[in-house]
Amino acid sequence: MSDFPAISTQEILSPTGIEEAITFLAEEIATRCEGENVAFIGIFTRGVTLATRVAAVLAERGIQYPVGTLDISLYRDDFDNRGSDLPRLESSDVPFAIDGSRVIIFDEVIFTGRTIRAALDGLMDYGRPAKIELAVLVDRGHREIPIQPDYVGKKVETIFDDYVKVRFTEDDSKEGVFLVKEKGGTE
Amino acid sequence: MSELKPRKDLLDIESLTLDEIEYVLENAVPFKQLFQRSVKKVPTLRGKTVLNLFYEPSTRTSSSFEVAANRMSADVTNFSVSASSVVKGESLLDTIETLQAMRSDYIVIRHQAAGVPGIVAQHTRASVLNAGDGYHAHPTQALLDAMTFREVYPDFRGRKVVIVGDVLHSRVARSTSTLFNKLGIEVGVLGPGSLIPEGRHGFMQRFGSWDEVFDWKPDAVYLLRVQMERQEGQFFPSVSEYHKMYGMHSTRVQRMRELGCYLMHPGPVNRGVEITDEAMGYEKSLISTQVENGIAVRMAVLHWLKPETQLD
Repeated sequence: MSDFPAISTQEILSPTGIEEAITFLAEEIATRCEGENVAFIGIFTRGVTLATRVAAVLAERGIQYPVGTLDISLYRDDFDNRGSDLPRLESSDVPFAIDGSRVIIFDEVIFTGRTIRAALDGLMDYGRPAKIELAVLVDRGHREIPIQPDYVGKKVETIFDDYVKVRFTEDDSKEGVFLVKEKGGTE
Repeated sequence: MSELKPRKDLLDIESLTLDEIEYVLENAVPFKQLFQRSVKKVPTLRGKTVLNLFYEPSTRTSSSFEVAANRMSADVTNFSVSASSVVKGESLLDTIETLQAMRSDYIVIRHQAAGVPGIVAQHTRASVLNAGDGYHAHPTQALLDAMTFREVYPDFRGRKVVIVGDVLHSRVARSTSTLFNKLGIEVGVLGPGSLIPEGRHGFMQRFGSWDEVFDWKPDAVYLLRVQMERQEGQFFPSVSEYHKMYGMHSTRVQRMRELGCYLMHPGPVNRGVEITDEAMGYEKSLISTQVENGIAVRMAVLHWLKPETQLD
């Protein structure tokens, strides 16, 4: 993996593993949300891809859920620490009323939980869902705030300084989940 | 796109790189989409303070900055200087000293003298946003104009805009034409000979009449406000003469309609001078869009600039 300069890079989910995890998420959601008014919200960038893929699996089984998108940049708690990597905003698109519906937020990895904290704030500015849940492809632990996912594709043991990189062909022109060990880094 | 260097101040258009211009204009689009929500506010600048420092009267620009700052959850203080310390004889540097002590994070400044925002920027850790200085620059106006033009023409490169009126006294004309030129939009000018600067803006094509303008087939006509307050000398014989020669009225609107040409104006409008009531109702007028985009662009600029106020 030449694009991750690191001590070691280990594949934790292969393309097939991702597919199985997505099917698992879809089945869990279908079982637990049966008969309810459900909407998906993907967090840019790969949360959107994850939500779209799960929705596609469900659509094949005749279950249609709308997918909206959310850019949480404007809700982050680390705006003052932005460096030269200036945030490029995406257009959030929630083309349905979320009031009263069961909204499932999608992100590819949950780590500290701060992104989801920002997403909750951002989502509430669109309305008042009856219930909000969280689906992730990978839970890598090390929460800094009390937020837990409701649907998890795969749980991975990591140390804080590791990176967990999810790569989707739609966004990255390759597919896989990788555990990257690089001392001193944080993500 | 190459990595952008953090920038503290926005003083003019000339010093902006194309990457920076694209960055702000692209980020302004999601900001504008927030206006469709019932909650139009985001918490990004919570706890930050924006000082609106206007040495010249302004309602539109100062309230546009105020709305932009409010929608980002910043606290805004309006400091109308003509009404206070200047009258009491405070010097500019003393005022800056006072502002520094107030620990504002962003200072929005309009001043009748060119270069004042630059001087303030050198003496404060706050980010300085030039809201118009003398005949020099009005960068956020140029950015909102570019955003508006690009919305109606996503294929903006190679398109043509003619700026009509008092180009000489207009910081809007200066900043907007500079920005349009950087973006590859062709710029022409029409106006009384006494109000078209010699030598400056060599890239602009000069026209002698509306007929010449329409033969050029512009994609937008940008009318400037006739700035009665800046006419120390007499640059044209009379208002009615100006209106006849350069104003926008029904016959010219019809020519624009045939060309599919859009109408822009930075406001406020002098009805009956540069534009008639009837022409104000032209279906391809972008004047209200410019106002709305002004808020989005100013939010994008506040989001982009990085004050050095957290250092101490």
